[in-house]
Amino acid sequence: MTGSDFNILLPEVILALFAMAALLFGVYTGKDKTTGLITWATAAVFALLAVWIGVNGEGARTAFGGMFNDDPFARFAKVTILLSAAAVLVMSADYMQRRGLARFEYPILVALSVVGMMMMVSAGDLMALYIGLELQSLALYVIASIRRDSAKSTEAGLKYFVLGAFSSGLLLYGASLTYGYAGTTLFSGILSTLGEGVPLGLLFGLVFMLSGLAFKVSAAPFHMWAPDVYEGSPTPVTAFFATAPKVAAMALFARLVYDAFGAIPADWTQVIAAMSLLSMFLGAVAAIGQKDLKRLMAYSSIAHMGYALLGLAAGTAAGVQAMLVYMAIYVTMNVGTFAFILSLERDGKPVSDIHALNMFSKKEPLKALAMLVLLFSLAGVPPMLGFFGKFYVLKATVDAGMVWLATAGAVASVIGAFYYLRLVFYMYFGKETDGVESRMGAVQWLALMASAAIMVVGIVNLMGIDPAAAIAAEALVR
Amino acid sequence: MVGLEHYLTVAAALFVIGIFGIFLNRKNVIVILMSIELMLLAVNINLVAFSSFLGDLVGQVFTMFVLTVAAAEAAIGLAILVSFFRTRGTIEVEDANVMKG
Repeated sequence: MTGSDFNILLPEVILALFAMAALLFGVYTGKDKTTGLITWATAAVFALLAVWIGVNGEGARTAFGGMFNDDPFARFAKVTILLSAAAVLVMSADYMQRRGLARFEYPILVALSVVGMMMMVSAGDLMALYIGLELQSLALYVIASIRRDSAKSTEAGLKYFVLGAFSSGLLLYGASLTYGYAGTTLFSGILSTLGEGVPLGLLFGLVFMLSGLAFKVSAAPFHMWAPDVYEGSPTPVTAFFATAPKVAAMALFARLVYDAFGAIPADWTQVIAAMSLLSMFLGAVAAIGQKDLKRLMAYSSIAHMGYALLGLAAGTAAGVQAMLVYMAIYVTMNVGTFAFILSLERDGKPVSDIHALNMFSKKEPLKALAMLVLLFSLAGVPPMLGFFGKFYVLKATVDAGMVWLATAGAVASVIGAFYYLRLVFYMYFGKETDGVESRMGAVQWLALMASAAIMVVGIVNLMGIDPAAAIAAEALVR
Repeated sequence: MVGLEHYLTVAAALFVIGIFGIFLNRKNVIVILMSIELMLLAVNINLVAFSSFLGDLVGQVFTMFVLTVAAAEAAIGLAILVSFFRTRGTIEVEDANVMKG
């Protein structure tokens, strides 16, 4: 009984044990001298676990009396999380080294937060949800302020901590109300108590939990932490924040509304539709005035979360499938874009000003071309993969009969295209400026080129993720 | 007779005081940490009250988890606050303004 439960939990257990072993190793041997080794080992463990989960897993199993799910949906999210975390980790290694940030705690904290994310996407119980979410968040608070001697980084960590703890409080209050009115913390138990006449307390619980989760995915109107935290954290940390935690939080969002509240879609689709609408427009409009690339990417991610939420707002299996495909594409685009941002420097200091891109195409035509592809893809310009992501979610929304929402999404996407295209304009037709260079290690170059190539080549069959996403969505929406 | 609704009212009041403590407070970050703690404790009152009302132990188990995580959260919050103080020499909320949103 317990043995087979632990078997299902094995990837998480292995990763947690690895993190602890790496911590002991780092402390008892070379401290920060072991950073490179631990970083690559962590990334290798992530990649191996991703392959193992992707290849080995089949069917849907539950462990510990339904508290932990291992189903195609969880596996899809876990593979995305593990691969993106591994990519971000290896591509930021030499940046950390150059900026004197190479602390051996960093990869270990990333590993621990990934354990939390894997718990989140597999949660089948409010307690498992809370523990997974907190394990992820607590590790993220620390890595946001990892540059301890910088006013910006510590301020980002402090703001992230206060607002993150506040959102956990909201989520928890909702969980307590849900427990009280449903009489159980199991998602399947909550689902079975929903019948005619849902008690008001349960709806309050649902709304509080949705608000708490909206904080974690930085959906408007709960987005205010994102720009400051993205700007203040060191760039590799920002790259990490923009990828894996977003996938985990979106997957948890879907898991909660379908597994626990799937019987009353009318009550949550309107809340999600409102959040999605606000995020799409806020992300598109507020980014226009930004002068800092990292801040711009924060607003960009808010807008992208709006589109991913569109898929959930549709309330159908096709919507969840579109959401998963969208998140996978979004993560790939962001890995490439941040590989580029990481490489920008002037006189050996990192720059993230958007004017640093002026006439960049003259200096580095190939990198500028790759960045052009990525920016077009982020904007959703047709031949690139990003367009198909948007097309999928909009189609799912239209099929679910929410034409007004899809129309609004298309309008917001046109507004948002402005600031991506402005970056392209600076790169190709901007004013001449002084010495910004792009110093890239082989890994960053590979990440940038691979991600740009996927945006073009991927349109043939969406890299084969579509059938996997369909199976995942069917496992969730029954 | 003190019933479930009394506990829920107290918990809701404490929770709201916690929220206001975070957003209306302009003085000191330590007060924010206290407000966060207050919110989590309000949740615990809720959970224990429901647990006793339903005759179900799960709520009290949940409370134990919340208490543990709250302790870890406070430790990390104070650690971040210490490094913030070292770089800025102050913990006033108004001084957390290097980045403007």
